[in-house]
Amino acid sequence: MSMSHKKLEKNINLMAVFIVIVVSIGGLVEILPLIFQDQVRTPAEGIEPYPPLELAGRDVYVREGCYNCHSQMIRPFRSETVRYGPYSVAGESVYDRPHQWGSKRTGPDLARVGGRYSDDWHRIHLLNPRDVVPASNMPGYPWLEGAAIDAAEIRTRMRALRALGDPYTDDQIESAETAVEGKSEMDALIAYLQGLGKARSGR
Amino acid sequence: MLNTFWNIFVIVLTLASIAGCWWLLQWTKGISNREGEETGTTGHVWDEDLVELNNPLPRWWLYLFHLTIVFSLVYFVLYPSLGNLGGTLGWTQEGQYAEEMAAAGEAQQDIFSRFAGATPQALVADAEAMGIGRRLFGNNCAMCHGSDGAGGPGFPDLTDKDWLYGGDHQSIVTTLENGRNGMMPALGDALGEQGVREVTAFVMSLSANGQDEALVNAGSQKYGMFCAACHGPDAGGNQALGAPRLSDDIWLYGGSEEIIAQTLVQGRAGLMPAFSESLSAEQIRILAAYVQSLSQP
Repeated sequence: MSMSHKKLEKNINLMAVFIVIVVSIGGLVEILPLIFQDQVRTPAEGIEPYPPLELAGRDVYVREGCYNCHSQMIRPFRSETVRYGPYSVAGESVYDRPHQWGSKRTGPDLARVGGRYSDDWHRIHLLNPRDVVPASNMPGYPWLEGAAIDAAEIRTRMRALRALGDPYTDDQIESAETAVEGKSEMDALIAYLQGLGKARSGR
Repeated sequence: MLNTFWNIFVIVLTLASIAGCWWLLQWTKGISNREGEETGTTGHVWDEDLVELNNPLPRWWLYLFHLTIVFSLVYFVLYPSLGNLGGTLGWTQEGQYAEEMAAAGEAQQDIFSRFAGATPQALVADAEAMGIGRRLFGNNCAMCHGSDGAGGPGFPDLTDKDWLYGGDHQSIVTTLENGRNGMMPALGDALGEQGVREVTAFVMSLSANGQDEALVNAGSQKYGMFCAACHGPDAGGNQALGAPRLSDDIWLYGGSEEIIAQTLVQGRAGLMPAFSESLSAEQIRILAAYVQSLSQP
């Protein structure tokens, strides 16, 4: 065994540096270039930053961990597009921080659930899923009905997103409070779900 | 598409890492004998005579390693993997998807062409068509109307003879293609508390006895002002508007005093989604025939 290899094996700091170099190559090739790629950074046609109520609903979605059972990523296979609608493209997720693609489907994909059911259906289903889908194993979320949206906070959130690059206008941020005034978390979550994927689903 | 910098970045890094694997293999495979030793040990000795042998890598294993390198190089040539280079096979994800859809479309064409000219009655009588209809119903309709089509509060029962927008084949096709928007305005403010009680009593009196006569009479007048335009002066409903018939004992949201009052106060917004984007015209025809079959004995 050559001497240089022996040196590497006996110096743990040097070894650590080389390990980092080796394991980062995959990420450098597959992830890093995407961060600078227009195709991924430019919003797809019809994709706008979330309106206040949908933004609040999205936060409820994340908080309740919906992504643990529902993906938002339709892959380009017939078996998926026939059931869920047109496959997902990168430009649809530019305003999702973090994206909700998920990796597990205990429940169905929700990338294009917007307009698929009525608001009433969502309300009944979120209160107790078994009222409309007898064999469902999804838990109910009855507390959302009684929880109010914090109207003052939504502006702070929109400002934070604007700092990250979402093109909210001053008007949109100023009028945000009135848009969520008196709404429950249930209303917000339903508004969010009803907006999902509509830009490309044709609904 | 990657720009020039990232394109080169990806190509160089990918090829360099493959070359690095090959170099590592060349560098380490020859490690065997230390100078002056025939047996080949690492030179480590424990407990007087315990030595660590340093045999070369097994040949078969080494060849497999080389094979993976060859495989990757062949793959680079055939498939898109080096930056923007497309690969000589011309494979793309979109292309594969388009092929899959075209193949399925052809297979479906064979199946659906059989039903092209069939009348709704013929479709209902055809076991294969009804099998297709049942599966379409299960995938697209059962979430609201139930797997048996019997519906639930707010979701119409499809197994009875009562139709909001019409139960003939063409009406059902239209409902499936374009969806429907049921719209009952909120009348709580206009009627007031007493008015809601009166109209509720009148509406209940249309299909059941035992209502307070004074309330019913007062409600009858208000019905004429607020309700008759859509539900009809005789409460027979209006299929052009989707206004339910109130003179029978079939209720979309429920016929109890409490629910009727709630409907009056809050209004209702029933929504049937449109399916023209997700189902083909043939599928909609078969599905409509299946829905018709649900209410036929």
